Amino acid sequence: MKGCVIVMAGALALGAGVAAPHVARAADEPALPHMKWSWQKNFGLGTIDRASAQRGFQVYNEVCSACHSMKYMAYRNLEGIGLTEAQIKAVAATKTVPGAPDDEGKPTTRPALPSDHFADPFPNDNAARAANNGALPPDQSLLLSAREGHADYIYALVGKGYVDAPAGVKVPDGLYYNTYFPGHFIHMPPPLADGSVTYADGTKASVAQEAHDVATFLYFASYPENDQRKHLGVRVAGFLVLLTGVTYAVKRRVWSGIDH
Amino acid sequence: MAGLHTSDFKNPVVRWIDSRLPLFTLMSKEYGQFPTPKNFNYFWNFGALATINLLIMIATGVFLAMNYTPTATGAFDSVQRIMRDVNYGWLLRLVHMNGASMFFILIYVHIFRGMYYGSYKAPRELLWMTGVALLLLLMATAFMGYVLPWGQMSYWGATVITNLFGAIPLVGQWIVTLLWGGFAVGDPTLNRFFSLHYLLPFIIFGVVFLHVVALHITGSNNPLGIEVKSEQDTVPFHPYYTAKDSVGMCVYFLVFALIVFLRPYIFSEVDNNIPANVLQTPNEIVPEWYLLPYYAILRSVPDKLAGVCCMFGSILVLFVLPWLDTSPVRSARFRPIYRIMMFALVADMVLLGHVGANRPEGLFILEGRIGTVLYFAFYAALPFVGWLERPLPLPESISRPVLPPRSGGGGGGGPLPAGVAAKPMEKA
Repeated sequence: MKGCVIVMAGALALGAGVAAPHVARAADEPALPHMKWSWQKNFGLGTIDRASAQRGFQVYNEVCSACHSMKYMAYRNLEGIGLTEAQIKAVAATKTVPGAPDDEGKPTTRPALPSDHFADPFPNDNAARAANNGALPPDQSLLLSAREGHADYIYALVGKGYVDAPAGVKVPDGLYYNTYFPGHFIHMPPPLADGSVTYADGTKASVAQEAHDVATFLYFASYPENDQRKHLGVRVAGFLVLLTGVTYAVKRRVWSGIDH
Repeated sequence: MAGLHTSDFKNPVVRWIDSRLPLFTLMSKEYGQFPTPKNFNYFWNFGALATINLLIMIATGVFLAMNYTPTATGAFDSVQRIMRDVNYGWLLRLVHMNGASMFFILIYVHIFRGMYYGSYKAPRELLWMTGVALLLLLMATAFMGYVLPWGQMSYWGATVITNLFGAIPLVGQWIVTLLWGGFAVGDPTLNRFFSLHYLLPFIIFGVVFLHVVALHITGSNNPLGIEVKSEQDTVPFHPYYTAKDSVGMCVYFLVFALIVFLRPYIFSEVDNNIPANVLQTPNEIVPEWYLLPYYAILRSVPDKLAGVCCMFGSILVLFVLPWLDTSPVRSARFRPIYRIMMFALVADMVLLGHVGANRPEGLFILEGRIGTVLYFAFYAALPFVGWLERPLPLPESISRPVLPPRSGGGGGGGPLPAGVAAKPMEKA
């Protein structure tokens, strides 16, 4: 039993250790700040901080969405961060999405419904590039899950990364210097400033606060199943612990008559 | 009645069926009374666990396929639809995705057990070889499954691995074109991989059946590696090993659940959350963790064809393991040198896995080459170790070493339930 557990643990460790992020950050990139995110609390059982995610949605809605699409998110999904049906309808109604062609076959637009996916800021990638100095702003639905460092990276990039370039480093025209961006030259101008948004709940809108909130919202966009998964997981694991105990007791009893 | 099977079952319905189609007799013989060595440790759970894992993969896979679109333009979107819109689609996918990693954890422990306790030796050579075939089928299935989400790592992994076949002289490029269904990895590749990914698990299921038939002909090996001598050495499979396997199953479910619900992305690459992009190569192209040691071997050999041969050879060599090992003793418990070699092999695999996960530069090149040489040295040394090694004395029987001298006790293996050992080992 003991040897078995050790080998099993070894195999698991091999899998986990080897699969862990192994892309070393370049020497001139500072280490990412290690934030304590709401979903990492309670031994990783934490749920998404809804107040922060709602503020983060506000930042996305008022700042990021000018350039970044979020095509896998629908307005109805905002229920997952605690918006009411009426609020979702109101948010959707302010957006314009392509409608069905009219009687003459001409394209039309209409206000969005909760069932619509987030409206795209640009009609296509070429339009997006043209408006952004040749760079394509990445879709934000899975942005956080597609970057090493996840929320820590997003937070650092938009909350702390924009600093003056070190002496002697020439930043090309149309690019910006960011300590956390691989290669340091990024097309995105500093997106956040103190007071970029006015939070309804009175939270002070500092750059760090906005970055924190938008990272929380992007976590939700990448992993919308987080809360449901963990709620279910606790119950499943609890049940299995009990079942394991009972099964082990039964096994002991069955084997009690055997010399082995 | 002429032609009908004589059934021992009392229940008239069961008896009616059993005398025409003796499934109940089969199950009772193979999983009820089946005489099994009584000294298994928990390593002997892993075959059953891998079978359960296969069934879970097929079950979740069937439901995923109902919602998946096997086209280059639709695959990535359909996976996101499964994660976001399909009822419990996230659960199906996370179970399936991590189920692949669980499968390899189970299989690698299962193979370790087979090697450590000498389960591959006569008369179990074919049992072992069907197992190696299963490993190869599993790897092929896992690789093709990894391509289906059509993320960056899916696409570029598929490109790298399929290109390996191009190293084969003369027909190489022709094979690669055939695999791709075109002149690059694209829609036809995804279509055929999806089709094969759905097909192979059922072939695996068939080979598992052969694996189990072969097992039930020879009977199981055991931690002592000595043959069953008498009825005292065995217990009926049920309830003894059904009970013990159930414990292992619960622990396996618990580990699986903790991964799926708490750390479902621990095995995944961030790059696979970016849709496949033909024009942009990711910084690092790495396969899933379970293929890393072989990937390291591939990259450690400077010549492409030789590297491909070494990579495939590192698994194919397992087919001849029963004949490479010349020692008559099975269990490493009684083989002091082989025992150390086994642990060294495991350490070497971990080292190779680590090398495979990193860019082949600096020290990693040297480590990879040393690891590769050591890997093959293990197999090259086996015949000589078998001849030179002095094994420890073997116990007389399975019952003997665990029977403490008892006052008044006979030589019996404890009170066995009636009918336990009534049937000898022979198979119908």
